[in-house]
Amino acid sequence: MKYVDEFRSLALANKLLAEIRRTVTRPWVIMEVCGGQTHSIVKYGLDQLLPPEIELVHGPGCPVCVTSLESIDRAHALARRPGVIFCSFGDMLRVPGSSGDLFQVKAQGGDVRVVYSPLDCLKVARENPGKQVVFFAIGFETTAPANAMSVWQARALGIGNYSILVSHVTVPPAMTCILESPGNRVQAFLGAGHVCAVMGWEEYEPLAARYRVPIVVTGFEPLDLLEGILMAARQLEDGRHEVENQYARAVVRGGNPEARRTIARVFEPCDRAWRGIGVIPASGYRLREEFAAYDAARIFEIEGIVSREPEACISGLVLQGARRPLDCPAFGTSCTPETPLGATMVSAEGACAAYYNYGRRRGADSQSAAPRLVSAPGVAETKVEASLDPAGTGACATE
Amino acid sequence: MTDFSLSCPLPITRRKTIVLGHGSGGKLSAQLIREVFLPAFDNPLLNRLDDQAVLQAGTARVAFTTDSFVVTPLFFPGGDIGKLAVHGTINDLAMSGAAPLALSAAFILEEGFSMEELGRVVASMAEAARAAGVPIATGDTKVVPRGAADGMFVTTSGVGLVPEGVNISAHLARPGDKILLSGTIADHGMAVMSQREGLGFEGAIESDTAALHRLVADMIAAGEIHALRDPTRGGLGATLVEIATSAGIGVEAEAMAIPVREPVRAACELLGLDPLFVANEGKLAAFVAPASASRVLEAMRANPLGREAVMIGEAVESHPGMVLLRTEVGGTRVVDLPFGEQLPRIC
Repeated sequence: MKYVDEFRSLALANKLLAEIRRTVTRPWVIMEVCGGQTHSIVKYGLDQLLPPEIELVHGPGCPVCVTSLESIDRAHALARRPGVIFCSFGDMLRVPGSSGDLFQVKAQGGDVRVVYSPLDCLKVARENPGKQVVFFAIGFETTAPANAMSVWQARALGIGNYSILVSHVTVPPAMTCILESPGNRVQAFLGAGHVCAVMGWEEYEPLAARYRVPIVVTGFEPLDLLEGILMAARQLEDGRHEVENQYARAVVRGGNPEARRTIARVFEPCDRAWRGIGVIPASGYRLREEFAAYDAARIFEIEGIVSREPEACISGLVLQGARRPLDCPAFGTSCTPETPLGATMVSAEGACAAYYNYGRRRGADSQSAAPRLVSAPGVAETKVEASLDPAGTGACATE
Repeated sequence: MTDFSLSCPLPITRRKTIVLGHGSGGKLSAQLIREVFLPAFDNPLLNRLDDQAVLQAGTARVAFTTDSFVVTPLFFPGGDIGKLAVHGTINDLAMSGAAPLALSAAFILEEGFSMEELGRVVASMAEAARAAGVPIATGDTKVVPRGAADGMFVTTSGVGLVPEGVNISAHLARPGDKILLSGTIADHGMAVMSQREGLGFEGAIESDTAALHRLVADMIAAGEIHALRDPTRGGLGATLVEIATSAGIGVEAEAMAIPVREPVRAACELLGLDPLFVANEGKLAAFVAPASASRVLEAMRANPLGREAVMIGEAVESHPGMVLLRTEVGGTRVVDLPFGEQLPRIC
């Protein structure tokens, strides 16, 4: 397949791996920010191919995983209402709220529908003038332009029975949060390629300078990731801390100006609670005042939401890269994709689900041909554990 | 916008009601069979969990199978529900090495269903049965009130005779066996999916629905086959895991060796689906004794339905029950049963 196969070539992968091996002289910890990157790394077994000096830790960039439990419970409450058609991206349907998931809401009679694009909701709204159509607007800067556009279009077309329940998050504040954390081990980032396709990388330049951390905007195919890792490793070895762009076929410095304009016209920054992490200042989008009529949170009174996370879940620490899925005592035992305790075990982009689906089981390395575990807990990690908040509320929580 | 009924890919295990994931061919289906059907019906014929049971009748060994078809839409590129029902049941018989003798067909029709569409489905079934040389020898019809069924459901059963000396079952695969695949994967699932979702791949992607009994006969004549399965729901991934589990062997396969047609790959990439878990209706995977593997492969390639047959891996003694796939870039991943389904109601 054109533009895909070229980036999955074994010969080129081996060349990049050899170059990475030649480059690294000591241990480095690199975080891939985006869940799509985590998925690719585990699916293709890239982490098994890297030299032991390179440790990859998985970042918070799984939109489904970081959507707060309270937002999810709010969504479920809305979806249960008679007269509401609740539209969502498919992934979100499986994420457990405080009681059950959207599939259960649907089984109990809620009108829950999967859409590929929020613009499809406008069609639903027109076809169902007697109903209120609500779209669950979640995700990073990647989904924000289309979600914003749906509201923009609804106003332009005079569609009055459409609104969105907004739980948008943005990447740079989350990276700042990780870098500010006292237990931080991350020494370089692979930037989220598709987020940067929208936003560009200007906003990462102050981060790289202030925290002296290399950031390499990176794609999602195996060769993208290996090249991104090589570029990050070179910076680390050279003592540089720049923003570089590996994903040049999709990303330019200024991003997509039209998409950015659309976001800015419809949304404004706000504080946002991240699931498992806590509130990160100015890390989300909400609808601007002039679009209040399209804001489901303001249109509908949703009361009596009491959200409670399962205690065993360490997904907050996993999302910050402070722990790996295999460090969790619940992983693969009480927490599996069939019975997830946290969202990281649900989405294909969630680190725990990626580990589980591609066979990273505790003890799997004892079998001869099975892939080895990413790495055994080492000295560095023990040190980190001591400095982490044992309650797992995360260092960024401001409440 | 999709208007399909949502499947449940998150099987909360202790469900009080049936969810769509129970019909997915994945872990939930396996659980339903294990916890509800097996304890109740408990007998050695059923407990083998092959796609068919082989009964001893005097000196003859009779293969017996049944299958229901609830696909939406009823007509899709490359086939329709009727063709699927005939081919599916013939294939379930053929996977034991049996020569199919006859089929039955039972129809559940929804009040208000179009007579014209029924006529097209029935004509298509008749044509498929004639082409396969297997008569539809008996049948049944029920009509249910509007809303109690989705247009029409078809159940086909079949009987066949297992030739003497032929012994094929998932549990008979053994270490050292070569794994042969009869052609490209994921065609059927993606044909149905692209038709249903209006993805614009129509024409480029067609269902592979086909009756495989003649291909199987050619293979049996060429060499020693231990296990056969047609990777329908759950796809090739689920089939390999099922055989590995049933036989207590490990499986090692090469991702690069598994053929997927270009438009099918593109559609899978677009939707974020893994072709390994997408349904097929005219393909088979065979575990073949190593000494005769190349002869069987040649025989497959000489048959139009096996023209693109390839060797994708082998059975090993280590890691019993586990399927390992070597990835395109040289890493490895474990292939596990999907929890629910990737696609809603394919067959």
